[in-house]
Amino acid sequence: MVVFDHVTKKYGTSTVALDDVSLEIKQGEFTFLVGPSGAGKSTLLRLLTRETLPTTGKILVDSKDTTKLKDADIPTYRRKIGFIFQDFKLLDDRTVFENVALTLEVLGKSEEEITKQVEHILKLVEIWDKRNLFPRQLSGGEAQRTAIARAVVGKPEIVLADEPTGDLDRKTAWSVLQLLNEVNSWGTTVIMATHNSEIVNTLKKRVVSLNKGAIVRDEAEGKYDKQL
Amino acid sequence: MSYVDFAKRNIRRSPFQAIAASMVMFLTFFALVTFLILAAGSQKILQFYESKPQAIAFFKDGTTDADISAIQNALAKDARVVKVKYVSKDDALKIYRERNKNDPTLLDLVTANILPSSVEVSANFPSDLAPIADLLRQEPVVSEVVVPEDVVAALTSFTTTIRLVGGSVVTFLTLFSILIILMIIGFKIRLRRDEIEIMRLIGASPNFIRMPFVLEGIFYGLVGSVFSWVFVYALLWYLTPFIKNYIGEVNLVPVNPLFMVGLLALAAVMAIIIGGLGSMGAVRRYLHI
Repeated sequence: MVVFDHVTKKYGTSTVALDDVSLEIKQGEFTFLVGPSGAGKSTLLRLLTRETLPTTGKILVDSKDTTKLKDADIPTYRRKIGFIFQDFKLLDDRTVFENVALTLEVLGKSEEEITKQVEHILKLVEIWDKRNLFPRQLSGGEAQRTAIARAVVGKPEIVLADEPTGDLDRKTAWSVLQLLNEVNSWGTTVIMATHNSEIVNTLKKRVVSLNKGAIVRDEAEGKYDKQL
Repeated sequence: MSYVDFAKRNIRRSPFQAIAASMVMFLTFFALVTFLILAAGSQKILQFYESKPQAIAFFKDGTTDADISAIQNALAKDARVVKVKYVSKDDALKIYRERNKNDPTLLDLVTANILPSSVEVSANFPSDLAPIADLLRQEPVVSEVVVPEDVVAALTSFTTTIRLVGGSVVTFLTLFSILIILMIIGFKIRLRRDEIEIMRLIGASPNFIRMPFVLEGIFYGLVGSVFSWVFVYALLWYLTPFIKNYIGEVNLVPVNPLFMVGLLALAAVMAIIIGGLGSMGAVRRYLHI
């Protein structure tokens, strides 16, 4: 379970990225974070990965306050989280297979385990036949599937996706969403920041709407508020 | 996958930087190994002459056997003298021929007549040599007296110069190498910013990110040191006949293999220190994790 308890994040003295945000996301829940640019969606995700600390408030993951984590414990904590970026952030000099294997290498898995698990996940996201290609040889959809495979191959408890369909066409965006839905069906918590109203409105999942750093709406089967 | 595998992959992906770094390290270790061999060699030569308190008196042409016997008898009675050995013109020719047996031109030109006869006087202590040499110089039949004191003084000066110049060059090259490694590893860290960022986000520990860079620096040092050691050892083998010809009596060559193995171990330790310091400096300076 993820809990934001009166979290405020300020950059400098005047810029307020998040303003007294309280939020609870249950294990296995699929949650959309929506809102205009600068609403605080990315800041919320960065707070969850412990890339930055809140100015005030607490963030609990599995009842542990992540703001009190020691530096040495942060890598272990991050292994619970898979991160998907809008621009994929794949390593250009590694093949699809090597990009996905990186997560397991970091976890210290044996070569045999890595081969087995990477094969399994690449088949699941349907890019096994592209395993020896480099990112520049992939389409946007294939690159995002690789990024999703990298994020979930280590079986994280939470998957954070920051505008994962932002650079994709409609059809590819839907295939990526189906994949995230499948990851969610395994019991993985998925938190996805997006501007894509069609996806949000069709999927009928929980929608947390942010504006100017504050939660303005939180609905169980919400819709994208066009006025935001 | 181990740190070593990551380091190997980093090296393979930028072969020209790897070659450049290894070449700089080769230069440093070539200077270091050469300096250590020169220092050890000159020290051994110095010890050889210091341990052999011996003066050599050369006789003028036409010196009679009676004159020589008189001088030998006088020396034999001196308590400071341990041994007196007469070297006739024929003995001198034999020694000359033995030393120059590989150069027939030098052998053809020399006969026993043009070589002086001499006496080699061994003393108990190096300090006894100067007064013995003074006594010999007073003899009218003696043309020249060679005392190792002069050789020792020249060698001491030579050894000091080697230590000063060699030490300075090695110190300079060591600092230069550390900076080069720091620059190359720093450059690689900057090139791999995205990869480092992704590794951080997927939970790589700081050591997991740092160690391949540190190992890479150490690898360059080790490659440079091993190659320079092999090169210097080969050079020594090649130069062995020439060295034997000049200072064969000191028994410098062939170099003791144990000494060379020790030198390799020392070079490897230095390589780990230089490569490690350079890469750790780069990690501290450029890798903010």
